[in-house]
Amino acid sequence: MNPELKRSILIDNYKNPKNKGLIDDDSYIKINTNNESCIDELDFMIKIEDNIIKDIRFDGEACAISTSTASVMIKTLIGKTVDEALKIIENYQNMIDEKEYDDIILEEAIIYNDIYKQPNRKKCALLPWNGIKDALVSFKNRE
Amino acid sequence: MDIREEFPMLLNNKDLIYFDNAATTFKPQLVIDAITEYYTSYTSNAHRGDYNISLKTDMKYEGARKTVKDFINAEKQEEIVFTSGTTDGINKIVNGYFVNTLKKDDEILLTKSEHASNLLPWFSLCEKNGCKINYIELDKDLKVTLENVEKAITPKTKVISLAQLTNVVGDIRPIKEICKLAHQKGIIVVVDGAQSVAHIKVDVQDLDCDFLVFSGHKMCGPTGIGVLYGKYELLDQVKPYVTGGGMNATFLSSGEVEYKSLPQRLEAGTQNIEGAIGLGSAIEYLNLLDMDKIHEYELKLREYLVKKLKELDNIEVYNEFSDSGIVAFNIKDVFSQDTAIFLNDYNICVRAGNHCAKILKDELEIKNTCRISLYFYNTKDEIDKLISVLKMSDMLLSKIL
Repeated sequence: MNPELKRSILIDNYKNPKNKGLIDDDSYIKINTNNESCIDELDFMIKIEDNIIKDIRFDGEACAISTSTASVMIKTLIGKTVDEALKIIENYQNMIDEKEYDDIILEEAIIYNDIYKQPNRKKCALLPWNGIKDALVSFKNRE
Repeated sequence: MDIREEFPMLLNNKDLIYFDNAATTFKPQLVIDAITEYYTSYTSNAHRGDYNISLKTDMKYEGARKTVKDFINAEKQEEIVFTSGTTDGINKIVNGYFVNTLKKDDEILLTKSEHASNLLPWFSLCEKNGCKINYIELDKDLKVTLENVEKAITPKTKVISLAQLTNVVGDIRPIKEICKLAHQKGIIVVVDGAQSVAHIKVDVQDLDCDFLVFSGHKMCGPTGIGVLYGKYELLDQVKPYVTGGGMNATFLSSGEVEYKSLPQRLEAGTQNIEGAIGLGSAIEYLNLLDMDKIHEYELKLREYLVKKLKELDNIEVYNEFSDSGIVAFNIKDVFSQDTAIFLNDYNICVRAGNHCAKILKDELEIKNTCRISLYFYNTKDEIDKLISVLKMSDMLLSKIL
């Protein structure tokens, strides 16, 4: 993907993030992510029905990378099954950690494929994904 | 000679603009030399040997204590205890003194702009002893006024613990007046000098504070060394919460122990000898520069910085009316960390975040800021470069990927 397009996707997701703002609804699982190594703090809520991710919402104060990747993640994961989502998340984590990954299933999240060049940004790029992964894993263990 | 030429970090990094001096400071060559000399010409333990190099180590280590004593104008050398830093110092007095003297419902006065190191030890003391924390209200400029201290004091107040110069707002508290008021009511005053001792002249007898703690690395000294000062009668009641070698006078197999007198009693184990020697040498350097002149220079630099920042319409300054080289700001609608990383692209080091003052957000109504903290080796020229970069900040987002 050309750098200009990547940047415009990032800026768009940062300035107009998908599903920003939490709602009062007990059918969601709530997750707080608190990045120990930086100052990002995001809250997520996720709704799973029949093993399919119906909705994810988030709110909080975070940098442009964390915020935009939260938005991109939400767009990517809604509509996927829990297992599909976990596979996408694993691939995303591999991309950030410079391991082998499948670029097709990452959809728009591929825009972060150069983040490894900025080590101080890797944690920001992972924060939302790690939070949702933990929620999905504990959901699976409960089922 | 240009001061900047005495700092290898500045010589080796010609384009670096370092504005994070509240976090740590660079070291002049003579401090590095003093430490190297200890390791290359007289390495030995202190207070142990009968041979020359060990005696030299004693002399240097205790000499550093004397330098510290004179620097803060303590009455006695025994009132100076070396620690690993400010955090260690506060923990030593909270866990060695206040844990034994404070009772359930006794009150501790703090403020919401304190650093974590002057909050968390008290939090855990409250858990242990059932005492209670009250916060002194800050005024509209986030400062502590004597009136607000007076308002916060109750008959149960036993200790007031405050930073003399805070690390986000950069205000200087009226410690002398607070001590006077507190002592009339039998309240002990602990001063967190982590930021102040490095930047302003601190005289413990003039302030009349009961305890003062500070760190070496924020004042051109090495990391891992700090100082706990206490008035002798009080410090003498601090129980060592670390015990072992170097601090005992005698002990028996029955478990009977007699501790040494101050200050050794509170310095268990082999001490950070290179740290103490390095700190002593850093203080000698600051004495040459003169603390009053350092403060005066930093205030001028600050005034220039704030004026320049205010000329930019995309910048918000949060502590316009403070009396130190600490300036907290944000680019409007930009997360502080994004600003810091953008400035890093131009080799400008600032700190982003809550700066370990995590409850200040209750007062500031904003959680995260960028912080510039100046020291005497910073220049107007560096500020001009910062301003020219901040003028380009509309390209900040497009530079992120």
